[in-house]
Amino acid sequence: MSRIDLKHTALQGVRWLDDRTGILWVLRHSMFHRVPISAKWWYVFGSATMMFFMVQVASGIVLAMFYAPSAAQAYDSLVYINEQVPCGWMLRAIHGWSSNAMCLMMLVHLSQVFLHGTYKYPRELTWLFGVGLCIATLGLAFTGQIMRWDADAYWGLGIGAAIVDRMPIVGNEMRAVMLGGTQISGATLSRFFALHVFILPGLTVTLIGLHLYSVLRKGISEMPVAGEVVDPQTYEKAYEARVHKTGVPFYPDAARRDMVFCGAALIVLVGIAAWYGPMGPGALPDPTIIEASPRPDGMFLWIFAALALLPPGSETFLLLVGPPVGIALLAALPFISPRGERAPSRRPLSVLIFCLIATGLGVLTWLGMVSPWSPVMNAWTSTPIAPEFVAHRSPLELQGALEFQFAQCRNCHAIGGTGGMRGPDLTNVATRLSWDQLVRQIQQGGGNMPAYGKTLSSAETHALAAFLTTLDGGSLRAAIPGAMESQTARDAMPTSTNVPPSRSGD
Amino acid sequence: MSEMHSPSDATSSNPSTENRRGFLFAAGSTLMAIGGVLVAAPIIGAAVAPGILPEKDQWISLGAVTNWVPDTTVLIKFSNPGGAPDDGITRENACYVRCMEAGKFQVFAVNCAHLGCPVEWFSQSRLFMCPCHGGVYYEDGSRASGPPPRGLFEFAWRIQDGMLEIFSGRLPGLQEGT
Repeated sequence: MSRIDLKHTALQGVRWLDDRTGILWVLRHSMFHRVPISAKWWYVFGSATMMFFMVQVASGIVLAMFYAPSAAQAYDSLVYINEQVPCGWMLRAIHGWSSNAMCLMMLVHLSQVFLHGTYKYPRELTWLFGVGLCIATLGLAFTGQIMRWDADAYWGLGIGAAIVDRMPIVGNEMRAVMLGGTQISGATLSRFFALHVFILPGLTVTLIGLHLYSVLRKGISEMPVAGEVVDPQTYEKAYEARVHKTGVPFYPDAARRDMVFCGAALIVLVGIAAWYGPMGPGALPDPTIIEASPRPDGMFLWIFAALALLPPGSETFLLLVGPPVGIALLAALPFISPRGERAPSRRPLSVLIFCLIATGLGVLTWLGMVSPWSPVMNAWTSTPIAPEFVAHRSPLELQGALEFQFAQCRNCHAIGGTGGMRGPDLTNVATRLSWDQLVRQIQQGGGNMPAYGKTLSSAETHALAAFLTTLDGGSLRAAIPGAMESQTARDAMPTSTNVPPSRSGD
Repeated sequence: MSEMHSPSDATSSNPSTENRRGFLFAAGSTLMAIGGVLVAAPIIGAAVAPGILPEKDQWISLGAVTNWVPDTTVLIKFSNPGGAPDDGITRENACYVRCMEAGKFQVFAVNCAHLGCPVEWFSQSRLFMCPCHGGVYYEDGSRASGPPPRGLFEFAWRIQDGMLEIFSGRLPGLQEGT
């Protein structure tokens, strides 16, 4: 067949396809639609989010070929994928890290759209579908963590169930629907599997379609310029005129940047996945293993922190009302602020709100990682008191140091920087509390400390207080009147060994 | 209505055709509604059944009463009676049994009253501590410190034929309040 014939046949084929499908019209209005010339590197994050979703779909489908969505077998099947399936560990690593990447890109995209005022007239629906995608993505991330079916998944479900259970009137019924019964069980995993692989991906695909359709219909926004205000009366006409005059086709002009960024992001993803490997599974999801310290994945650490820090009195109210109000405000944004300036330099309130939310989420995430409010459950056996805090102490004081360990004081209190952080660091406690205050605090507790009056005998309390009065930082002065005068009271006790508290040998 | 019809419809438009079309539309809507409800009932019903027909608690034996030493608190494991075959390891459960004196008990759920994390018992300080948000309870289950809004959840217990039994089968929660 000659070259001309070949070309002719190909053209015939395209014509046939276009006649039956209208594909050329679709391509002209999608791939080759004109976009503003100013849409440059700030516009790559939405594409990257979608690309990572495609990675999730592809890797997820293959994972589903090996994963057993049954509470009795899920954990073993994950270990099998990690260790036996060829490339299985990399498959899980890519799925896990790509989930983080998708959430991250989505947050950057959301931030950019918010800061550039892109949600304003006439792109309200584009924003609304985006808010829906944000919720669906976080839902996928949470249900994905449950698929791991380890101790974190089990107790994470417990926390979710406890929150749902706090709903007035229908809480118990809603919890039962969520768990598929009265306990976290096989039915729970099945429900979350259905959510993770059918319901949420279906919703996400639908919303991506609507989001992209809105983008095509109302166009990509231009980079904001200070002084160029959005006026619904004139905006669309002016926008179309500008895009018609100076715009460039999405493919290949704008797509080039998307391709560079997405390609680089994919390579970084594979690098991170290969380096850090798959996420878990962690400890067995055994409800009888009490020595668990459940932590959520990074994306939800801020919620974990908020749950520790919310004032107990208003906790239920904030837990149940906060998320719907937050989502409603986010969704209402383009209707609250449909017009006006788009440039961040002219929208100080929006920039301030963004900074406050970003700082708040960042700090809460960091606190969630450190979790200073959690007792260090094994500190009393695994974190000894450093030698300088027991050197040159009397037998009574040394007995007090032992009480300090055995009574689990260590789980909440650090000495010399090691130990729990729930209570104050006691390295210099003798400078702040007098003998009487120490004894009162030990026996009666208070200030978020349990009372040890019923647990420790008076001799044990005495030894503990004697040890604590030696924690004066070596050469620090008393910070309050009455502190570090303890030796008088101590020396008067018949059990005292009368060893001077100042350690001359230090 | 007829002006909205296509030309071919318009030619066949007369009162009896209109009536027939109206009847067909009404019949179609009714049949679709009935069929839809009939199909949706088992689909939605199965999904929300756990909330409407919850499993009932049952008496579960934890062992002979003589197993417990007075003035101790120990972690006891048991299987959920209503479990399904594919529950695997999650069918197992645990509770703390505190024996005050022979024949006198308190049985606590392991779940923190704050948000359900597993609390750990420390016999030296006689405290239950939660690893998640730092809730602490005394040995009698009362709240000592931290965010929990109440003390530990307790199971009802009885002694039947020399065995200690608890009334359980569900995750404890603030709504039911045990």
